[in-house]
Amino acid sequence: MKKHSPANGTIRVGVVQFPGSNCDDDCVDVVRRHFDFEVFKIWYQLTELPKLNAMIIPGGFSFGDYLRSGALAAHAPIMRPIKEFANRGGAVLGICNGFQILTESGLLPGALLQNRNMEFICRTVHLKSASNSILSMPIAHGEGRYWIDENNLSELEDKSRIAFRYCNEQGLTNQTANPNGSVANIAGVYSENKKILGMMPHPERASDCLMGGSSDGLKVLSEFFNRV
Amino acid sequence: MEYEVLVQLKGEVLDPEARAIRDTLLAQGVANVESVTIAKRYVISIGGSENESQETIKKITDTYLANPVSQTYKIKRLSP
Repeated sequence: MKKHSPANGTIRVGVVQFPGSNCDDDCVDVVRRHFDFEVFKIWYQLTELPKLNAMIIPGGFSFGDYLRSGALAAHAPIMRPIKEFANRGGAVLGICNGFQILTESGLLPGALLQNRNMEFICRTVHLKSASNSILSMPIAHGEGRYWIDENNLSELEDKSRIAFRYCNEQGLTNQTANPNGSVANIAGVYSENKKILGMMPHPERASDCLMGGSSDGLKVLSEFFNRV
Repeated sequence: MEYEVLVQLKGEVLDPEARAIRDTLLAQGVANVESVTIAKRYVISIGGSENESQETIKKITDTYLANPVSQTYKIKRLSP
């Protein structure tokens, strides 16, 4: 497969590594394999970021999910420079536990709570993107029920900040297609400037047909990197 | 100074675990159970003056123990 190349200069992507992150290697691998970018890991205790253009906060169980999922990681030393990077308009992608960390740190609105059925759900789901594409991607979480109050939900809807909603194969976003009880079937949201994306599904696990699933994750990653 | 902090989901947020306990109690025939709420209890000892410790427990709770988006909390002084 042809690699995606940046229009000008080399794009540098950092993948944060917390104790308990377990999708960091997958994220590095997918960027290395499918994009013509430089990619490297960033240790959670650093207090400054190296020069970079985009960041990925990967999935896993940072700090064993103690206190609340993502709550302890949200206060780790690396989060201060990440917040500064994000506030300067830097592109940040939080996947699964990364999404939980972004909501806990206040970079994205809402909260991620225990699944409605109290089970850890690990399966492929369908998603409807903000541009109405229907994508297929795996989820693997016990606490992925997106919650936000009505006022803030209206704001997300009005400003087209809902990146993905769980849907069925035909694109219908009904309760049957909602695996975890998320408000309005929400699976991912954008920041106001659309540079920060948090999502429970795993695009890095759906990036190569050789793995036996879809490669729709590559579309999500390409679109994210296009915002850099 | 020892403090107890109780953190629970806001009333409007579904707690599936609490709901499952309520439903089981009802199914077991405990017909007068109306609702079940689950809270996480922290007991934290803090040194320094009373004012300082009160300030610290409030700060710890607001910053770490409770997520203001989905949770509420109560702080109670246990001792001395």
